[in-house]
Amino acid sequence: MQSEQQYIDLYNNSRRMLFGHSADAMNAVRDRAFDDFSRLGFPTRKVERYKYTDMEALFAPDYGLNINRLDIPVNPYDAFRCDVPNLSTSLYFIVNDAFYSKTQPKSHLPEGVVVGSLNDFAGKHPELIAGYYARIARTDEDAVTALNTMLAQDGLVVYVPKNVVVDRAVQVINILRSDVDLMVNRRVLIIVEDGAEIKLLFCDHAADDRRFLATQVIEAYVGNNAGLDLYCLEETHAKNVRVSNLYIEQQAGSRVNHNIITLHNGVTRNRTDLVMAGEGAECRLNGCVIADKRQHVDNNTLIDHRVPHCTSNQLYKYVLDGEAKAAFAGRVLVRPGAQKTISEMRNQNICATRDAHIYTQPMLEIYADDVKCAHGSTVGQLNDAALFYMRQRGISLKEAKLLLEFAFINEVIDSIQLAPLRDRLHLLVEKRFRGELSKCEGCKLCR
Amino acid sequence: MLTVKDLHAKIGDKEILRGINLTINDGETHAIMGPNGSGKSTLSAVLVGNPLYEVTGGEVVFNGKSLLEMKPEDRAHEGLFLSFQYPVEIPGVSMTNFMRAAINEKRKYEGKEPMGAGDFIKLMREKRKIVELDQKLANRSVNEGFSGGEKKRNEIFQMAMLEPKLSILDETDSGLDVDAMRIVAEGVNKLRTPESSCIVITHYDRLLDMIKPDVVHVLYKGRIVKTAGPELAREIQQRGYDWIKAELGEV
Repeated sequence: MQSEQQYIDLYNNSRRMLFGHSADAMNAVRDRAFDDFSRLGFPTRKVERYKYTDMEALFAPDYGLNINRLDIPVNPYDAFRCDVPNLSTSLYFIVNDAFYSKTQPKSHLPEGVVVGSLNDFAGKHPELIAGYYARIARTDEDAVTALNTMLAQDGLVVYVPKNVVVDRAVQVINILRSDVDLMVNRRVLIIVEDGAEIKLLFCDHAADDRRFLATQVIEAYVGNNAGLDLYCLEETHAKNVRVSNLYIEQQAGSRVNHNIITLHNGVTRNRTDLVMAGEGAECRLNGCVIADKRQHVDNNTLIDHRVPHCTSNQLYKYVLDGEAKAAFAGRVLVRPGAQKTISEMRNQNICATRDAHIYTQPMLEIYADDVKCAHGSTVGQLNDAALFYMRQRGISLKEAKLLLEFAFINEVIDSIQLAPLRDRLHLLVEKRFRGELSKCEGCKLCR
Repeated sequence: MLTVKDLHAKIGDKEILRGINLTINDGETHAIMGPNGSGKSTLSAVLVGNPLYEVTGGEVVFNGKSLLEMKPEDRAHEGLFLSFQYPVEIPGVSMTNFMRAAINEKRKYEGKEPMGAGDFIKLMREKRKIVELDQKLANRSVNEGFSGGEKKRNEIFQMAMLEPKLSILDETDSGLDVDAMRIVAEGVNKLRTPESSCIVITHYDRLLDMIKPDVVHVLYKGRIVKTAGPELAREIQQRGYDWIKAELGEV
C-alpha cells in the first residue's frame, strides 16, 4: 500500500497555502517534517511500536482537509452548554483544529497564563515557542508526528509562567464537526514553567456522523518543581480514527498525573512518551479503556528514566466486550546512571467474550543496578464465584457483571485527583456499561 | 415450604446426590449432618442453583413452585438464602452498593419501587446490630479483608437484610471461635419466625446446642440414610458415623 503518497502530493500541492496561514515558528519545522515523513513512510506492523495497529490502512482513505482555514459556522458555547455545576472549570473549545475565540467566558486565569490558539501565540511570541515547538516530538522517529508537524496549522497552547498556580481546572473540549469526511491535524503545546501548576482536562468528541481522522501531537514541558495534571477523555463514535502522540518532558522535582480514558471510540491509537530529564521527578500514568463491538484501542507508552531518583507509576485497565481488540504495550527504560529509580507498571484486562482480544506487552529495560522496578499484566474473565455469590443474593447476572466491571475500572477512576471529574466519571462509566452511551451525543461531561 | 423428591446431581462425571428425599415444613429447622464428602454442600449448592452442578433427576418444590427451572437470582427473590461455607470476596464492590442492588432487585421482582436512600441506611443500621457487625465493615468492599468470623457474621447480616423464607447455613460454624459462634447462632435465632425455615449443615453438635433443630438427617453417599430428632446429633457426636454405616451393612 502506498498510503503516504497522497500526503506527499498534498504537501507539494498546498505547501504555499499551509505556510500562508501559519506562524513562522510553525513553518520553520515544516519542510524538515516533510522530509522525515517522505523518508519514513507509515510504519508497518513490523515496526515494534506499531505492531497492534495498522497505520497504513487508517491513513489510506481520502479525507478532506481544511487547509484554507474555512470558518466552521458553529458556536460551541451554545451547542455545548455545561450543566454540571460542580465541574467549575475554565471552559474552552477547539473545533476540529481551530481554537474557538469568538466568544469566550470571563477568564478565571491568573495573570500571565495563556490558554489559546497555538498559531496566534506562535505569531506573537515566536521567542517562547522556538525552544519548545517540535523539540521532544521528534519528526525523524515517528511518521505520524512528522505528518502532523508538516500539516498542522493550529491547535492549542497552554502557557503557565513561573511560579503561577492555576487553581481552577482548565477544560478544553475538542469537537470534530464537519459535513464531509474530514482529516484534522491538531497540535497542542503545554508549557508549565518552574514552580507552576495547572490541571487540564481534554474531552474529545465527534459532533457529526461523519468519518473523521484526527491526528494529534501534544508536547508538554514541565519545569523544575512544576505540576501538571492532564486528563484526556475520548468519547467519539465508531467512524472516528484517533492517532494521538503525547510527549512529556519533566524537569527536577516535577509531578505529572496523566489519565487517559477511552469511553467510546472507533479506532484509537495513543502513544505516550515521557522523559525524566531532572532528578526527583514523579509521574503517574493511568488509563482505562471500555470497548465493545468492533472498537480498537492501542495504548503505547515509553517512560525514559535518564536521571537518578525519579519515580514512575503506570496502571492501565481494560474491559473488552463484543469483538473489541485492544493493546497495551509499555516500556520503561532505565538508562545507565539512573540509580534509585522506582518504577511500577501494571496492565489488567478483562475479556468478557471469546471474541474480545487484548495484546499486552509490559517491558522493562534496565541499565542501572540500584533500582526498584516491577511490571505485571493480567488477562482474565469476571470471577464466576463472585458472580454466583451476587446472584444468590438476588442480583441479576447482568447487574452482577456490571458491578464487577465497574469495580474493576474504578481503581483507575478513583486515582483521579479532580474530585468533580472523578464523580462525573463514575456516573459516565456506569452509563457506558449499561449501554446508555452507545454513540457520541456530544460532551456527556457538559450537557 | 420445601419438598425434595429423588434428587440426583453430579459435578463433571461424578454423581454426588443419588436420590435425596426431604420435606421441610414452615417454621421448622432441620440439621443435615454427615461425614466428609457425603454431599451436604452439594445439596445446598444445587438448591440455590449453582451452575457448577448438574441436576440429573428428581424435583424440588419450593412454596408451590418448581425450583429447578428458576434462575439463581429468582430463587433468591422467592425467599431462598444460602449462607456460604466460603463467602466470596468482591474487591471494589462496597457492601452498601451490593446490599442496595440485592434489596432493590428483590423489590423489583415483587413489583415494588426501589427503597429510598434514607430508609435503606436505617435498615442497614438496624440489621447490623443483630450480628454486632461493625459500621467499618459495612463500608468496606464485600468480604474483602474480613476475618473468618467477620465473613460469617456478614452472611447472617445479609440474611437479616433479605428476610428469606428458607435459609441454608452451610457450615456456618466452621472456623468460628466460641464467641463468634454464639453471636452467629443468636443472630439466626432472632431471625426465626413461625413462617421461616432453616437448614443447618454442620459437622458438630456445638452449633445445634445453640440453634435447636426439630429434625436431624444424616447424609451419606448422596442419600439421606437416617432421620430422627435432635438426640441424633448428640449421638453422632459421641459415637461417630460408624454405627450408622454398620446399620447400612457397610462396616
